[in-house]
Amino acid sequence: MPMLQIKDLGKNFAGIQALKDVSLSVEPNSITAFIGPNGAGKTTLFNMITGVYPPSTGEILLEGKSLLGCKPDEISRRGIARTFQNIRLFSKMTVFENVLVGCHNQLKTNVLTAVLGLPFTKKEENIAEKEAYKLLQFVGLAESLNEEAGNLSYGNQRKLEIARALATKPRILLLDEPAAGMNPRETRELTDLILKIRDEFKLTLILIEHDMKLVMKLSEHIIVLDHGEKIAEGNSHDIQNNPKVIEAYLGTGAVAK
Amino acid sequence: MWAAAGLVLAVLLPFAASQGDSYESFMDVSTMVGIYVCMALGLNIVVGMAGLLDLGFVAFFAIGAYTYAIFATPQANNFLHFMDFPLSGNTFWLFILIGGLVASLFGVLLGIPVLRVKGDYLAIVTLGFGEIIRIVFNNMDKPINITNGALGLSSITPPTLFGIQLLNASQFYYVVLVVALLVLFIIRKLEASKVGRSWRAVRENEIAAQAMGINLFKTKLTAFAVGALFSGMMGVIFASKQTFIDPTSFTMLESITILVMVVLGGMGSVPGVILGAAVVTILNLQVLTEVSNWLTDLSVNGGIAIPDVLSPSKMQRFIFGLLLILFALYKPKGLIQEKNRIVDPKKFTEAGENAHASN
Repeated sequence: MPMLQIKDLGKNFAGIQALKDVSLSVEPNSITAFIGPNGAGKTTLFNMITGVYPPSTGEILLEGKSLLGCKPDEISRRGIARTFQNIRLFSKMTVFENVLVGCHNQLKTNVLTAVLGLPFTKKEENIAEKEAYKLLQFVGLAESLNEEAGNLSYGNQRKLEIARALATKPRILLLDEPAAGMNPRETRELTDLILKIRDEFKLTLILIEHDMKLVMKLSEHIIVLDHGEKIAEGNSHDIQNNPKVIEAYLGTGAVAK
Repeated sequence: MWAAAGLVLAVLLPFAASQGDSYESFMDVSTMVGIYVCMALGLNIVVGMAGLLDLGFVAFFAIGAYTYAIFATPQANNFLHFMDFPLSGNTFWLFILIGGLVASLFGVLLGIPVLRVKGDYLAIVTLGFGEIIRIVFNNMDKPINITNGALGLSSITPPTLFGIQLLNASQFYYVVLVVALLVLFIIRKLEASKVGRSWRAVRENEIAAQAMGINLFKTKLTAFAVGALFSGMMGVIFASKQTFIDPTSFTMLESITILVMVVLGGMGSVPGVILGAAVVTILNLQVLTEVSNWLTDLSVNGGIAIPDVLSPSKMQRFIFGLLLILFALYKPKGLIQEKNRIVDPKKFTEAGENAHASN
């Protein structure tokens, strides 16, 4: 069974068709990339998978079960985590606490048990802290754990978003332009990190990315969107030679030569 | 540090004051400081930690105060006939909790519809709620007289402890001190837990918080309920201390004053808010009154003519406003800024090594 299945998904924003009849499926433990020119509907697709917007038409299935009507926090609990294109960290909180917030749903504490300081509260908090620290080591931010998240460099903020998303123990991780604003060295490091995440956490990864080198190197499956429609899919070789894709990126007539 | 502060508050402060003839009025101010500190700490949860601007916070204080006042005066006889009111001062201790819980319940009831709106809209709706509660208390004297309307409730039974009636401010001071320590304890625990963390996450970025699995509505509602709880508890103490309450004690200015304490102290910062509440209360009740008394004396005896428009009692609010502007300009982040918890990384590395060794 596919990990994630999308059927005839569409979204209208006040008459503008941001996404139209998109169907696709994502295999477990794979790396899939959504590519396409700006405004193609890639982030809209992410937002619908994570419950930020309800779709106008169609269906989203996680391991065969519908995600329709679920709020973002429920979807997080069901195992889909994400990072954001325009970084959304808790910027006044420390790096460490950002990751701890990601552990939210593994903690059973409520107001009452927190005030009473019951032993299990302390125990689970300690477990979460250890996990958070391990994740920071994993992405290479363990040294900055007490820094304010907003003071990190751009590349490190992106890494922190990944660590925070991993803390929710997802089965699918959506990365929205993880390499945006990174220099070539940082991008190379990120490429390795993404592969390491897939292998160590046994995750299914979906990414939106404009850096084609990164996309071609990582992705086993590429889905191309343009003007809200899926125009092509396949492996990196298929996509590079697909006339429709070249047209979407370089304009009409580019193929004729 | 906390132990030292506790010693100063419990022993030194009352002892030092006991020498003067203005002992009771001094202790009265100290008691009010305690009451406002707790309320500001409550509002700090809502505004400072969870980032929800609430302009009607005094409503919960009023609900707590009326909860006790109605049953600790003959007032309740008007609509309840199965027992005789007023209740004895012994019930006060229970009522601190009941008043808090009733206020908390109203916090939840208000929150359910209101927390769907954000930012400026939330501020306006809570402002309206604060006024509605005051006006409702002002008009609930007919058809059944529940609150005695604008006349207010007088001769509220003071608390009794081991058969002794607490009447003086110096006695209330200790009641407030104990409750304040309890409030502080609760807040410290919550702040360091998952609950406090999710409040701040919601404040920092709602969309990201939600993507981390935080239920926005539940988290905000909890902040509202806990904030209201503390405010309601202090309402009960306030009512029993004043022995008289009427709707004019709970105007919008009160809500704004509490908000000023939080902002001036440092939003989200517990020590800051305590300091802010103390500064504002002492300014309002002691320093500015003294200054205006002194100026009045001066104009009467010293021959300085102060024109009527600049009369010291009018100047009092002006000076207060001026001070606020100065604070806003030079301490825009508050007296003591919110600090993040610093963790020692060794805690994890050593623990990890030990675990390996024991394996």
